[in-house]
Amino acid sequence: MSLSTVGDTKNAENATENAKVALTVNGRVRQLELDPRTSLLDALREHLHLTGTKKGCDHGQCGACTVLINGRRINSCLTLAVMHADDEIVTIEGLGSPDALHPMQAAFVLRDGFQCGYCTPGQICSAIGMLAEAKAGWPSHATADVAAQTTALTDAEIRERMSGNICRCAAYPNIIAAIRDVAEGDRG
Amino acid sequence: MRPFTYERAIDPEAAVAAVSKAGAKFISGGTNLLDLMKLEIERPIHLVDISRLPLKDIKEEPDGGMRIGAQATNSDVAADVRVRTRYPVLSQALLAGASGQLRNKASVGGNLLQRTRCPYFYDTAASCNKRDPSSGCAAIGGINRGHAILGASDACIATHPSDMAVAMVVLDAQIELLDADRATRRIAIGDFHRLPGTTPHIETALKTGEMITGVVLPAPPEGRQLYRKVRDRASYAFALVSVAVVVATERGTITSARVAFGGVAHKPWRAKEAEAALTGGTATMATYWAAAEAAMAGATGRGHNDFKIELAKRTLCRTLAHAAQEN
Repeated sequence: MSLSTVGDTKNAENATENAKVALTVNGRVRQLELDPRTSLLDALREHLHLTGTKKGCDHGQCGACTVLINGRRINSCLTLAVMHADDEIVTIEGLGSPDALHPMQAAFVLRDGFQCGYCTPGQICSAIGMLAEAKAGWPSHATADVAAQTTALTDAEIRERMSGNICRCAAYPNIIAAIRDVAEGDRG
Repeated sequence: MRPFTYERAIDPEAAVAAVSKAGAKFISGGTNLLDLMKLEIERPIHLVDISRLPLKDIKEEPDGGMRIGAQATNSDVAADVRVRTRYPVLSQALLAGASGQLRNKASVGGNLLQRTRCPYFYDTAASCNKRDPSSGCAAIGGINRGHAILGASDACIATHPSDMAVAMVVLDAQIELLDADRATRRIAIGDFHRLPGTTPHIETALKTGEMITGVVLPAPPEGRQLYRKVRDRASYAFALVSVAVVVATERGTITSARVAFGGVAHKPWRAKEAEAALTGGTATMATYWAAAEAAMAGATGRGHNDFKIELAKRTLCRTLAHAAQEN
């Protein structure tokens, strides 16, 4: 039996003792000393200055903070940074650059899949995670038969699978078009 | 958020030992706990991270059932081919809950232990017997459109928000627990969640320091399984009413039936009265309606949520008709 404890247990009321944590973000190992309360979202934005990941509701309701952990999409606002040592974290900055866009980024530009752009990094990370889930054969609430081995990625499927990402500008039709483009490109 | 210290548990025994200190809590997916910690509704002074424990396996049992590790994510369970083919109601219920991102993080154990989404429980300026025992219940006489119609008390009319647990109740799941003395026990999910009574802050049969290690599903019951959820928007919302059924028919007669409701009570609600009314009856709307009336015989509205009684009846009838038709 062994445990690794961080923080000052005797003084929890005023615990300011920081935790040392190594986060692997976009392929780079970053050494940080963080208050254990720091969300992964705040670690990315405030400590690593990767401000592409956005803070919307900070309660897991809007999806603006979506990042990929070991290839899976999650809300970075609802997890602690100290819980993610040993994980591969990918943010919007790790997907592409202005000179070399990720296909999903290019599709959002081509299809005009945004207006104000605030939800866009979360939409793009979520869409990439979602396509991987669909490729792995995961069903959704929109799937008529959850036991079916494959499911066609219809617009209804894309809408349901992307329901964790809210767009206040309501750019949904163009977001779906962008995701559909990438999904169809993958098939071809 | 209040300050806390953090540790990552290496094995289940270390986890239960670590959580025995005052003010300590387990953290798994964190999707509900961290939300509540930000609002200072949950105020642990020490967190024991159990998300990396080797409790993620989903495996078949020799008796034809399955065992799901408590740290398996909601996504992994919903996508498991064996679950999808043998326990489709569980997969459907999981997929009806939350969002893709949340399901990727939320664990099975955490799903069972999530707290109510009653707005007065979340509003620290409001009275709430669950958050602050003996302070009163602002939902009674307040805006209670989403609240319980069955099994509520004068102390609390909150509902249990899980979809997954409703399917597990209809499947007669057993919950596996480990305590600080390393003793294990199993409890039927129907006995795990409690009705509010006079102590709505005590929500489960979990003893202090006990940890959920897994959920055991008996071999799939005979018949067609179906989950239907009714909510205010098409996706990513909690249930107003949900129904899980397992129904078997033979030449137009219902040979066996199981029924559970979500969104209507402080716990996932098994409706044995409805099951009795269905079994042996003809697979017709008249039988379904009689079962729905039996299920809701003890229902009480609190004003804004009166519509849920009718909604629950109609949702059950529609779900039974759909399930029986495809037998």
